[in-house]
Amino acid sequence: MSVLVVAEHLGGVLQSGTARVVAAALQMGDGVDVLVAGHNVSEVAEQAASLAGVRAVVVVDQPNLASQLAESVCEVVLTLVDSYSHLLAAASTFGKNLLPRVAGIKRLPQLSDVIEVISADTFKRPIYAGGAIATVQNTAPLKIITVRTSAFGAVGQAAAAAYSGVSVDVNNSLTSLVSETQADAAGPELGSARVVVSGGRGMGSKENFALIESLAGRLNAAVGASRAAVDAGYAANDLQVGQTGKIVAPELYVAVGISGAIQHLAGMKESRVIVAINQDEDAPIFKIADYGLKMDLFEALPQLESALS
Amino acid sequence: MKILVGVKRVIDYNVQVRVRPDETDVDLSNTKMAMNPFCEIAVEEAVRLKEQGIASEIVVVSVGPKVVQEQLRLAMALGADRAIQVETEDAVDSLAVAEVFAELVAQEQPGLVLLGKQSIDSDNNQTGQMLAGMAGLGQATFASAINFKEGCIQVTREVDGGLQTLELTLPAVVTTDLRLNEPRHARLPDIMKSKKKPIDVRPLGDFNVTAQNYLKVLKVQAPAQRQAGEMVASVAELVDKLKNQAGVIA
Repeated sequence: MSVLVVAEHLGGVLQSGTARVVAAALQMGDGVDVLVAGHNVSEVAEQAASLAGVRAVVVVDQPNLASQLAESVCEVVLTLVDSYSHLLAAASTFGKNLLPRVAGIKRLPQLSDVIEVISADTFKRPIYAGGAIATVQNTAPLKIITVRTSAFGAVGQAAAAAYSGVSVDVNNSLTSLVSETQADAAGPELGSARVVVSGGRGMGSKENFALIESLAGRLNAAVGASRAAVDAGYAANDLQVGQTGKIVAPELYVAVGISGAIQHLAGMKESRVIVAINQDEDAPIFKIADYGLKMDLFEALPQLESALS
Repeated sequence: MKILVGVKRVIDYNVQVRVRPDETDVDLSNTKMAMNPFCEIAVEEAVRLKEQGIASEIVVVSVGPKVVQEQLRLAMALGADRAIQVETEDAVDSLAVAEVFAELVAQEQPGLVLLGKQSIDSDNNQTGQMLAGMAGLGQATFASAINFKEGCIQVTREVDGGLQTLELTLPAVVTTDLRLNEPRHARLPDIMKSKKKPIDVRPLGDFNVTAQNYLKVLKVQAPAQRQAGEMVASVAELVDKLKNQAGVIA
């Protein structure tokens, strides 16, 4: 059993999810290699090589991979993957974009959002927004899997694994990058933060949403938002927590002015401790919260911030 | 330009799914069903492109038993011109659906394929990307804006770090995210008129689905239920509990 993990990186930095995907990979096989595809990625390769349990890092560093487009990276993966039994990536927008394309070309199925490894060919994954958990056996010669990173702890650091450079012909003329706008990365990354503070429709406006950012700053927390808050324009799309946004499982999740729709709960109900602050005592969020506070959030937030300072 | 749009019949998004007591599957008997919300967004986008004069014909496709005709009729009431039902009683996975669409792309020669980014039942988020790979087309997933240029499109995608805009040669596959548009409701006269629009019913066996059944669902279970905790009376009490009971803040 050998596993190829596609590393995810941005601006020369390995994303924290990759260490968690490696942890999942080590439960499927002991030969875990990491693919780093991109341009000017030598630092990323070094970071990947120092993840504990990694056997080798394969580096494909060329200008035509600079934008990491799915069509281009797919060509790279296809040239490498035949000697592996498993192909893994994080269930992020990068991994979800790339792996099914590989699967379609290979005419093999893909398992999305795996949360538990039962054996090298049997996995658990949530369906129906986490309303049910399916145990699925995959007998394909190559098992293509995206991993829900919040369900696995990251591997630590170890002595650097070997890494080798490979060059691959990439012929993608289907797509090209026009522009990218990165959201301001104040505070920790939402997917791996120890504490997340999220605001919902109850925040009332984009200006009021600053109260969430302020409390998050106090707790060294990442900022999240419900779909309603994003749809209303209070928060950026990449902050959305839920079935179709980010799935998080921090030590502490503070939900402020969030009613608790099924699709939001799907994104945060695995958090260790959940706090809900809401004026509506019937809000479904209270049914899953460890600590509920029925209070006007515009009174509660300043009080909470001063109590923490 | 012709647009091919995928439509899936799924559990209504307001309904909490039940697991069968024998843990073989979920129980969808007597459950309210509807068009997958992301497919609604795909249909809406196609209709808007037709209203703008960019699309000339909208063909909606669903794979499933006869009841999926309800969702195809709704799509036609919203503005699609004709429908194809690929009929099967069996459950089909995203790979098989992608193979069906790849064959339909070869037959229908659309300029654009619009699909939802995921269905809210299996939550896979795969079919569009699989189709694009098989058909050798470019893909733009998680689309929140589509702009037509000469011979190509620019699509803005909602990605983890923010927004990304790609240019794609046509034909291409685009999968819709929540903020691409707000779907309209069907009007009664349009629902009546949609009954006259054609649905071409074709058995799944007419398609060259080569995908083998590598996936086997062994069990479907209810998730571990979280217990409701306690209500606290004040911010001070909350902070105290977080510090001294839960130990999550210093």
